[in-house]
Amino acid sequence: MPSDLKSSPLESAHVSLGARLVPFAGWNMPVQYTSILDEHHAVRKHCGIFDISHMGQFIVRGPDAAKWLNSMLTNNIDALAPTQGQYTLMLNERGGVIDDLIAYRTGPEDFLLVVNASMIDEDLAWMQSHLPSGVTLENQSDAWAGMAIQGPESPAVFAKAYPGETLPQRNGIATLADGSIVCRTGYTGEDGFEFFSTAATGVAVWEKFLASGASPAGLGARDTLRLEMAYPLNGNDLSPDRTPIEAGLGFFVNLEKGDFIGREILAQQKEQGPALKLTAIQYTEKGAPPRAHYPVLTEGGTVIGELASGALSPSLMTGIGMAYLPASHTKLGTPLKIDVRGRTTPAKVVKKPFYKPTK
Amino acid sequence: MNIPSELRYNPSHEWVRIDGDTATVGITHHAQEELTDVVFVELPSVGRAVDAGDPTAVVESVKAASDIYAPVGGEIIEVNPDVEADPSLVNTDPYGNGWIFKLRVKNTDDVLKMMDAAAYGAHIS
Repeated sequence: MPSDLKSSPLESAHVSLGARLVPFAGWNMPVQYTSILDEHHAVRKHCGIFDISHMGQFIVRGPDAAKWLNSMLTNNIDALAPTQGQYTLMLNERGGVIDDLIAYRTGPEDFLLVVNASMIDEDLAWMQSHLPSGVTLENQSDAWAGMAIQGPESPAVFAKAYPGETLPQRNGIATLADGSIVCRTGYTGEDGFEFFSTAATGVAVWEKFLASGASPAGLGARDTLRLEMAYPLNGNDLSPDRTPIEAGLGFFVNLEKGDFIGREILAQQKEQGPALKLTAIQYTEKGAPPRAHYPVLTEGGTVIGELASGALSPSLMTGIGMAYLPASHTKLGTPLKIDVRGRTTPAKVVKKPFYKPTK
Repeated sequence: MNIPSELRYNPSHEWVRIDGDTATVGITHHAQEELTDVVFVELPSVGRAVDAGDPTAVVESVKAASDIYAPVGGEIIEVNPDVEADPSLVNTDPYGNGWIFKLRVKNTDDVLKMMDAAAYGAHIS
């Protein structure tokens, strides 16, 4: 194994399960255990468990922590009472996305930020370069093992694994008696929670969730599950050259809360309407699975963009993808074509999400 | 490991069953296991002439598209519509109903130059 890859604290558990490990965001991570399709369906119908130890955890503290985070992030952190979390974005001066993350308020002056693995160093450097006195920023990413337990049966799995403990409300965060952190969040669209324990206890916790009814699921299923929900993946669907308004994430941008980095361009785009929009596209006929970078064409054959993400949807058994397209081509039902190795498959603009979990 | 002795093999994991000058081509048990869930097969056009090593079909899993190469030169005379309709046949029956295309072989000696089961077994071990 190349030595420059980081190992998850759960790696030995993956190896003993026969997982296929691949490099992802600098980590050696399980892409699948037996079958991406089976793991995908297990999460939609029952309960799956993902290793998310590669994700980063930052602790922000201080009397001015909320004020500072509000100047760094798009959502309004003042809306959070202790034990509550929110999806939010960190932007550059041009309004482009550096990272998307979840910010939790763990106390009046204490916050936990969960960030993308690939962006830990860049996020830290950016935040440190803007850090005022009176606020501390601590990177705890190596201290934690992380797991996402997702699917309709995940509350039952939690109850079995941690009898006597209570899951927080949607988007909430709680600390358990043993010091573990549980967040009612996820990246699949299903009910579920994300669980952080000390790196040393990670394997034991992982095995406890397996024994309580969760089945292991890899990054392959994680990607198809999130794409069915039209959740963006940073690096594919989000980039330093695209704003959250263009990405269709205006719901997570608060222009009224006061100034934050990137605000001016977002306000302009919101007022005038963005020139490009991250658009959900679904095949209308059978075709080879769409993938990132495949050209998107008008019905007449003019190339108007490329897929940022694409996959065969295991739930819908058809091709789905997202692309930044000129706003003029983003009306629901607009016919499009996807070019796969020189052959085109008919598709159309659809509403997000592609798939609605049944509950 | 499932490597039928009556077939010939390519290092890129195609198998060939020769019958007169007709070669049936598919991918090996090992290859389908590596690819995992096959969700799409792109078949070549019947009548197309191919040389050994030409990318001729495409087999796609959820994560990746993989070229299938013509193991020997010849002309495509038949393709398997069943794998187009049900790509998982490539996983469940790689040497049988999961075949991909048939070639009229230009030179049948080329098939005999391919690896036998023992050599392929050594190649993937």
